[in-house]
Amino acid sequence: MLKQTLAVLAGALALSVSAADLTINGVGASFPAPVYRVWTYGFSNVNKDVRVNYQPLGSGAGINQIKSATANFGGTDKPLKIDELNKSGLLQFPMLSGGVVLIYNLPGVKTNQLKLDQAVLADIFLGKIKNWSDPRIAALNPGLRLPKLKITVVHRTDSSGTTYIFTDYLAKISKEWADKVGAGSDVKWPAGIGGSKNPGVCNMVRKSRGAIGYTEYTFATEYKLPVASLKNKDGKFVTADSEAFSAAAAHADWKADQGFYQMLTDQPGADSWPIVGVTYILIHRDQKNADAARAMLKYFNWCFTSGRASAAKMHYVPMPENVVKMIGDYWKNEITVNGQKNAL
Amino acid sequence: MFYQFGKKENIRDRMFMILTLLCTFIPLVVAAGFFILLGGNSVEAFRTFGFKFILSTQWDPVQQLYGALPAITGTLVTTVIAVGIAAPLGFITALFLVNAPKWLGYPLSQALDLLAAIPSIIYGMWGLFVLAPVMQDYIQPFLADTLYLGKVPFFGEDYNGFGFLTAGLILALMILPYICAVMRDVFRMTPAPLQEAAYGIGCTSWEVASHIILRYGIRGIFGAVFIGLGRALGETMAVLFVIGGIAELPTSLFGSGTTIAATLANNFNEADGLLRSVLFALGLILMLLSLSVQAVAQLYLKNMDRKRGEK
Repeated sequence: MLKQTLAVLAGALALSVSAADLTINGVGASFPAPVYRVWTYGFSNVNKDVRVNYQPLGSGAGINQIKSATANFGGTDKPLKIDELNKSGLLQFPMLSGGVVLIYNLPGVKTNQLKLDQAVLADIFLGKIKNWSDPRIAALNPGLRLPKLKITVVHRTDSSGTTYIFTDYLAKISKEWADKVGAGSDVKWPAGIGGSKNPGVCNMVRKSRGAIGYTEYTFATEYKLPVASLKNKDGKFVTADSEAFSAAAAHADWKADQGFYQMLTDQPGADSWPIVGVTYILIHRDQKNADAARAMLKYFNWCFTSGRASAAKMHYVPMPENVVKMIGDYWKNEITVNGQKNAL
Repeated sequence: MFYQFGKKENIRDRMFMILTLLCTFIPLVVAAGFFILLGGNSVEAFRTFGFKFILSTQWDPVQQLYGALPAITGTLVTTVIAVGIAAPLGFITALFLVNAPKWLGYPLSQALDLLAAIPSIIYGMWGLFVLAPVMQDYIQPFLADTLYLGKVPFFGEDYNGFGFLTAGLILALMILPYICAVMRDVFRMTPAPLQEAAYGIGCTSWEVASHIILRYGIRGIFGAVFIGLGRALGETMAVLFVIGGIAELPTSLFGSGTTIAATLANNFNEADGLLRSVLFALGLILMLLSLSVQAVAQLYLKNMDRKRGEK
């Protein structure tokens, strides 16, 4: 019996080795995970010899694992500054941008019906506005019947790039938030309860009346949760969609020598969605295995070209053509293989 | 050697003894290994915050300030609620199962054993999708508004379906089958002549239960409670989904908080540097909590034996 099992196992192992010659392992942010899942599937359908795995363990895990070289690439929503990149021998480039949205559970209030401005949003998350019947919310939403219901703020309880993007925005729009709480992957939340990962937050909002939370936009559509309209830097109310996310990303000034470091929160423009984040890929500057490096770049290139459509369909904003070209040059100029330049 | 082998005895016997000896030592080595690992990795946390770490309530990841008290109290509160509900419920259920006619007792017993086999993540999902809305819509309004318990500081007026009471209820359901199964087996061991004699002198069912079965099986009953306690202390997934996940001291029964196990599960993936060490320190505290529960249980049982004159 044991021998048979072993033989079957060995056979399965041999089969899996021959089916994919190269395995590229990525670990990191859960913010872009839905589209990465589609990409790895699409890519492996046309490239049978390469297998790409992406584990959405979170941005912190992505940074840790690429630093300790246990993964081929790391994903992060919290970009590293150029000093840290150089110190760890890493390269960083943007993959996608996407919107962080406010989701809520209010009986009778549909998507885009609830409007929030900067001060009210910050005060809700600071725990200063406690009830949906608060006159300040009513003033922003004339004609909307708001229930007399306690506000339950739902935030992430684990460390998260989505939290980093969201708190970075809150710190920009509210001095009190910046002084009291600050921006980070995990912060000391002044109010509310916590859920694990994006699905945890979505489920808690869906199951608790009077709840408001933040999540990446794809999760909001996936869980069919209503999304709030927000007032942007230009003082206009905008609804969350791909155009509003692209409008915010249009103002970015990308610099390869800074590792493309960019925070796209609170961008100017009448159509800009105020809370947009960029998700990055981290790779080692010096690659140990030329074949693996080539396969990995081939995958990223596929994502930038053939993967654009599926990203847009999932409401992410693909990188503009000129930025993709900059990234290609960046690879060519910076990546070495065992110390050798131009080896790929 | 512990055992003297005769000359004729087979070498296989000797080898078997060495094998069993080695196997017996594995748990000891593993337990010691855990303590060394947790202790070694938590040095940084204790060096940074001192032993005040255990009594500190701060949890500010931006400033890198951490304290263990919210997680410790959260763990204790959920455990106390769970055992408080499950122990009496388990006792009554077990009592019924032992005395029930076989056609009813047998399927009920099987169902109970089946409950024990449900993975904790399923309890967690059920808690999030079923129990939390029911708590928010029916149970918490009933307790807080209808019974006016909201005015009692211990309960709290604010509720949203999540929090300590919800987590405690799920934990109670999870440990109930363990507590009940052990109690059932203990009750079955009560000698029949003893019970029959009690009935013979005119005891009611309740008197037999409280004076004969309870007294006879007290050791097993406490054993059962401690098994449940141990399970509730370290339970992760079921609690994680409904506790509300905030690093604050419990303010009320309806309020949210966190437990040690939930904090570990939430943060370990991303932990780095000081936070990683803090999490190891929390793990060490949880191990010590479980160990002290064990120690107290053993001491208590020994004491009781002495009082009853068994030893």
